[in-house]
Amino acid sequence: MTRSRPLSTWFVWAVGVFVALWVLFIARGTSAGAAVDEPGEFIVTLLDGLTFAGLLFVVASGFTLVFGLMRTVNMAHGSLFLLSAYVAIEIQQSMVGKDRNIEAGDVGILQWVVPLLIGSMVVAVVGIVMQQLLLRWNQGQDLRQALITLAVSVILADQMLAHFGGLAQRVVWPGAVTQFFEIAGERYALSRLFMLALALCVGIALWLWLNHTRMGMVIRAGVDDQEMVRALGINITVVFGVTFFVGAFLAGMGGVMGASFAGVAPGTDGQWLLNSLIVVIVGGLGSIKGAVAGSLLYGMVIAFAPAYLPSDYTFYAIIFTFVLLALVLAVRPYGLFGREA
Amino acid sequence: MSRSPRDIAVALTAIVLIALPLFGSDFFVSFVMTRTVMLGLAASTIAFLSAYGGMVSLAQLLMFGIAGFMVGNAVGEAGSKGMKLGWHPWVAVVFALVVTTAVALLLGALSARTSGIYFLMLTMTYAVIGFYFFGQVTTFSGFGGITGIDPPGLFDGHPTRLYYAAVVLSIVAYVGLRYVSTTPFGMALQGVRDDPVRMSSLGFNVALHRTLAFALAGFVAGVAGVLNIWWNGQIDPTSISIGPTLDLLIIAVIGGIAHLEGAWLGAFVFVMANNYMRNLPFADTIGLTEARFNTVVGLVVLLVMLLSPDGLVGIAVRCRDWMARFRRSDDAAPQPPDAQLATADGGPTGRSAVPSHNTEGSIR
Repeated sequence: MTRSRPLSTWFVWAVGVFVALWVLFIARGTSAGAAVDEPGEFIVTLLDGLTFAGLLFVVASGFTLVFGLMRTVNMAHGSLFLLSAYVAIEIQQSMVGKDRNIEAGDVGILQWVVPLLIGSMVVAVVGIVMQQLLLRWNQGQDLRQALITLAVSVILADQMLAHFGGLAQRVVWPGAVTQFFEIAGERYALSRLFMLALALCVGIALWLWLNHTRMGMVIRAGVDDQEMVRALGINITVVFGVTFFVGAFLAGMGGVMGASFAGVAPGTDGQWLLNSLIVVIVGGLGSIKGAVAGSLLYGMVIAFAPAYLPSDYTFYAIIFTFVLLALVLAVRPYGLFGREA
Repeated sequence: MSRSPRDIAVALTAIVLIALPLFGSDFFVSFVMTRTVMLGLAASTIAFLSAYGGMVSLAQLLMFGIAGFMVGNAVGEAGSKGMKLGWHPWVAVVFALVVTTAVALLLGALSARTSGIYFLMLTMTYAVIGFYFFGQVTTFSGFGGITGIDPPGLFDGHPTRLYYAAVVLSIVAYVGLRYVSTTPFGMALQGVRDDPVRMSSLGFNVALHRTLAFALAGFVAGVAGVLNIWWNGQIDPTSISIGPTLDLLIIAVIGGIAHLEGAWLGAFVFVMANNYMRNLPFADTIGLTEARFNTVVGLVVLLVMLLSPDGLVGIAVRCRDWMARFRRSDDAAPQPPDAQLATADGGPTGRSAVPSHNTEGSIR
């Protein structure tokens, strides 16, 4: 595909070079300023993009893992994200013993990690129940499965609105990471780096699991040729269940991290479904490598577009998400690391 | 086209719809049924793309909304939001439809090399980005939306005329879209749906066919969007957010996404449930209130997808076939294609047993 379309490839490179020049030299009069003049702003924006990419990766890797093996597009992924956040908020409130106005100082590491694990476990169980009840018997009918999970997401969203209310809530970071430090003359939140570190741990754990365990080997084989794996006498139904469990668990982890980072409210589910979709469309569905690449690109666009647009036009930043999609699709319709299903 | 029971049922429905203002109450006609017919018109474009192009689109409500926003921007005068161009209402309609079709062409071209599940995901991102676009870009709308839009004089203060406009345009769209499917373009489109690789090697431009189909569907959805803004008098980004976007797909799915007429049937069920659910006996005692409407809708879609992926029309088709077979008591009768769609037999080995690009025309 790429070889037959050199023009669009050149165009994409030209756009990339222009964006780099813009950010480095030309972007005077934007809220951040050209990078040569304001290196501090540039580094902060870069860190913003990188840390947000970490969160994106945690959520989207679960989405892409499930698709890669089962060809199931889990449209309820964002709902799992939100449900886990709400569960974690309840757990944290009961652990700290306060209903509202929880201060960072009240929260120890334990009061953050336990809600994270319980929230993620709850949605992992919800995920596996959903897979066993609704998806297991129509494996391979991808559109039907997508619509089933869409229906589940509509039900979950409505029930969460009924039980947890419509107000924005958040999980409170532990006091130990709620600090600021100085970098290139700018203050920066340690909690964002903590988020990135967690995402790196998730990434490394996923890589070890997929590349250095028997189960991971089976999953990788299943991504390539499901029938052959089955024919070798491996119980792939169990593998499907485990994969769905892990995928939902990752959505749940992302949910608690996201709820600590930016808070959650009704509608956050749709927003994170969109985020996961964009990451996997850019990176390619079913590829962990693609999830890394997609998260990085999308995270950078989210961070750089508002900072480096002329101040009066900052609200056009949303268009750049679309531009990113368009550029990638013009060159690779199935994403950077994707393959035709 | 032979006079099948399907055509007779559709014709009867059209007659009932045209005669409705004679015996229906004003509220029922100008509120419930106008909304039904408009939503049906918009949802029929989802059914069209899915049935003939193998593309399940979530961007149709976006097209519907773009047309509405463009009308609002064009007719708005000083004091309102948006660009306040202050144009004549009919000029605004032309403008809105041109913009909508152009956007559909662009988005269609971008996604034309994908199909099936990828197409669904891509169009979903279009829909959500569109929502944020109109929310954030205050030049066109902002989250407050555009209010106080009057329909042209022809419809101003005449809700029944607007209802008739919706019915007539729906009939035109239904006949037109079915006609399109019989033209060489429509036949090639169905070929693209079934086997893009073969069509491509036969010399057909696969991407172009998908793009044009998407643009046509965008145009029709835009027509519905223009009707909607006249009927509503206002539009805001929330009305094209992810919830309503899914609702439109749900309408098409309930009716039967592989059948054009299912769109209007699904819209009827949806709007009736939306308006009259609380009046059902025992609704209160089982906690079925208006506020939990989405749970009910979600459960209905879940049931439809579990029991009959072909929706209500699919059920009707199967009942008819079953009756016919019962009458002939001929067990060896070949399964009609619709029933084969409905009893999708993917099973655990579905994906590799049937290449997925062959089956994207229906829900499998």
